[in-house]
Amino acid sequence: MNGTPGTSGLILDEPLLWERGKKGRCGFSMPERDIPESPLPEALTGEGPAFPDLSEGEVVRHFTRLSTWNYGVDTGLYPLGSCTMKYNPKTNERQAALRGFAAAHPLLPSRLSQGALRLMASLERNLAEIAGLAAATLQPAAGAQGELLGMLIIHAHHRGRGRQRAKVLIPDTAHGTNPASAALCGYSPVPVPSDGKGIIAPKTVSALMDDDTAGIMITNPNTLGLFEENIREVARIVHERGGLVYGDGANMNAIMGIVKPGEIGIDILHLNLHKTFSSPHGGGGPGAGPVAVTKDLARFLPVPRVVETDGVYSLSEDFPESVGRLVAFHGHFGVLVRAYSYIRSMGPDGLKQASRLACLNANYLREKLKGVLHLAYDRPCMHECVFSDRGQRGAGITALDMAKRLMDYGFHPPTIYFPLVVRGAIMIEPTETETREELDRFVEAFRAIAREAKESPRLLKEAPVRCKVRRLDETAAARNPRLAG
Amino acid sequence: MRYLPHTDEDIAAMLGAIGLEGIDDLFRTIPPDCRLQGGLRLPPALTEWELDEHMEGLAGAMAVSPEYRIYLGAGSYDHRIPATVAHLLGRSEFLTSYTPYQPEMLQGTLQGIYEYQSLTASLLGMEVATASHYDGATALAEALLMVVRITKKKRIALSRAIHPHYRQVVRTYFAPTGYELVELPFLDNGLTDFSSLEGAGGLAAVAVQSPNFFGCIEDLREAGERAHAAGALFVATFTEALAYGLLKSPGSLGADIAGGEGQSLGIPRSFGGPALGMLASRKEYLRGLPGRLVGRAKDGDGREGFVLTLATREQHIRREKATSNICTNNGLCALAAVMYMASLGGTGMRKLASLNRDKAEYLKGALREAGCTIAFPAPTFNEFVVAAPGGFDAIHRRLLEKKIVAGLPLGPYYPELAGHFLLCVTETARREDLDALAKEVRT
Repeated sequence: MNGTPGTSGLILDEPLLWERGKKGRCGFSMPERDIPESPLPEALTGEGPAFPDLSEGEVVRHFTRLSTWNYGVDTGLYPLGSCTMKYNPKTNERQAALRGFAAAHPLLPSRLSQGALRLMASLERNLAEIAGLAAATLQPAAGAQGELLGMLIIHAHHRGRGRQRAKVLIPDTAHGTNPASAALCGYSPVPVPSDGKGIIAPKTVSALMDDDTAGIMITNPNTLGLFEENIREVARIVHERGGLVYGDGANMNAIMGIVKPGEIGIDILHLNLHKTFSSPHGGGGPGAGPVAVTKDLARFLPVPRVVETDGVYSLSEDFPESVGRLVAFHGHFGVLVRAYSYIRSMGPDGLKQASRLACLNANYLREKLKGVLHLAYDRPCMHECVFSDRGQRGAGITALDMAKRLMDYGFHPPTIYFPLVVRGAIMIEPTETETREELDRFVEAFRAIAREAKESPRLLKEAPVRCKVRRLDETAAARNPRLAG
Repeated sequence: MRYLPHTDEDIAAMLGAIGLEGIDDLFRTIPPDCRLQGGLRLPPALTEWELDEHMEGLAGAMAVSPEYRIYLGAGSYDHRIPATVAHLLGRSEFLTSYTPYQPEMLQGTLQGIYEYQSLTASLLGMEVATASHYDGATALAEALLMVVRITKKKRIALSRAIHPHYRQVVRTYFAPTGYELVELPFLDNGLTDFSSLEGAGGLAAVAVQSPNFFGCIEDLREAGERAHAAGALFVATFTEALAYGLLKSPGSLGADIAGGEGQSLGIPRSFGGPALGMLASRKEYLRGLPGRLVGRAKDGDGREGFVLTLATREQHIRREKATSNICTNNGLCALAAVMYMASLGGTGMRKLASLNRDKAEYLKGALREAGCTIAFPAPTFNEFVVAAPGGFDAIHRRLLEKKIVAGLPLGPYYPELAGHFLLCVTETARREDLDALAKEVRT
């Protein structure tokens, strides 16, 4: 392929679902009625929902057309920093769809669900090993719920020691979900500013950490893509004053087999299976956010927990200090199957190599784009690197303009305006599954855009021009929300 | 490893471009005392074909139909799913995309979710619905945190006939808040007893499930009137969304917020997840809703499109003042639900829901004839509670040996219902299966 992949082709329009169909059509093979009717009292029943009636062919065409307006990581490079859009292996989909898993009822007697329970026990063990911690739960439905669980455990820990604390330290390089999760547990977040190198300095933590502070939520590598070099010292300070260290493991994909968070002072760590462990994002979930903890904190993990006696697995609620239950059943089992398949396919060496190559790709992009975009912190990065729009601002061009223009070149844009500590941030995470040639094409696109920013900024202001729609007015949409019908 | 594309030559050239000698120099900013000594203790890598064999072994150690006949519901339901849903959902453009922060290149997901919101609002008789939550239990917990924020009152009344796991999740979410949860008992007919609401003050909400955990259809109109009379909002929850193909919607009966489980709408049980948290409300509470919302927008040329909207409620903008910490939700499951609802249509939804009700009613009759007792007289949808003079436990055990799972024992959840079992019948059960079950019970 010469140049970048963006081109224009025929885009087919498709109306809203209810503008299709005709009363009396049906796209569902209705099972035969082999029993008599027993109508409910009329006071209880309605007319049936006011849905359109469509044939099977209409349903297929409708959603197929919609899908062509989408861009997935199977379509192309998706360098969303902090989101880790790596390749989603197809074999994982096959395994999750096996009838024994997909059709299994969550409340089957345990002797009839040994396969699922054994898979869960193995995955817990594998994730705890990768995290360097003693035990894990698979229940949290997403990273944010994993964070909430982490905060619930910290809350339970302090309550158990007889005195609740009021605050939690959160670095300015944290994910936006961190403060919201802390607030759900009644903790007020105390921001910890990063230093000139983009990491946390022990003296800053030392000045803020007191005996009314429950702990710290720390993302490592942080959202600037930098390893928190002082992590051991920071953890020591927090522990010394009776606090716990929560690790946001969203960026664990950079350090699998390189660093075990549990060995460097982290007490609780959540992992995003839809980032590090390759399960698909599905346009906004479902993900999964398992949590690993130290031996001492394991008693607080949610119930039910998988227990093993003489090779036989069962679910037990007999953990009196548990924080309780987070979801109706056992977590996003279908996502767990995918992550387990990934770990078994990669093996220990494959996982470590994935982290190395993720960092190699990020550092390669960092080096190649250095002269094109302003680099926020000119230091070696881990799995992602953060640039900014500083060099283009003079010409009135923003990170958003460049992001939209990238679409015309056939790439999904990077994360922009995050992390908040960098003004006009452009956060790039290529992941390990991209080839060097693809990275070179992406660099070429960014070079061309930087040139356009100088020579014909209108091209950027008017972008995108090759998508289904031009730039959408999000402000007007929020002012007058139209959310249904 | 086939997912990792780098050749030795690539690695050498890229390291050269960065100015490094060895690949582990990439980690030079990690202090030596933070580095792992030795490798990860994980099983060695499997080939694709070895993995197939291993996973088939695990999946084979599960009881599923048709080898087993399983009459379990209790929040996870066995419904037929058209092949079209799995096929369309498996399209990479949907499956491997991210949350649509860049709407211009994700109009497919956005229009699909908008359609899901619209059909959900219609199904539940509400004006707005969110883009999805994790499951029914978390949707209920978030709905209750929402009413506390709206009403600024800190007490919630929960019906004891709400799924025990849902109440457990609500307690977990509420544990650190200091808000108070009180439970409303159920009557001998299987329905919630509202009598304690009279004169109760300071209530933020009354939450009721219908059909309730026992399968009984609650009088939601009465629930709403009692809640409103007590100055509280009325939150309706549900575990079986298909019921609203036949029943009057919660919104039409006075619910202010409806939150529950949509797994029945085209999502496989998958050992309990991922499923679909559905959450909808009246328009006046729109800005208090947690989670993602998709709205209509226009581009510079006046063309219609869709965007994520009202983000100022959300954690990435409002941080600790957000309406929830939810970020990733269950978007793909919402997409499955809209595909499923579109396949059935309004006519099909009603027909299928009636079939569920009638099949369950048929088994109810057959079991009654076989000498069992139906515990609650209130009308039910596709689940009901059964007991037997000599105890249903022995029957349940005996049937298990014949590969029939005859319901869920209720004793662990409700000590007073020891010996009672919750049975579920959907469109997947054939008459001969139901007759065979009744026959086994009789012998």
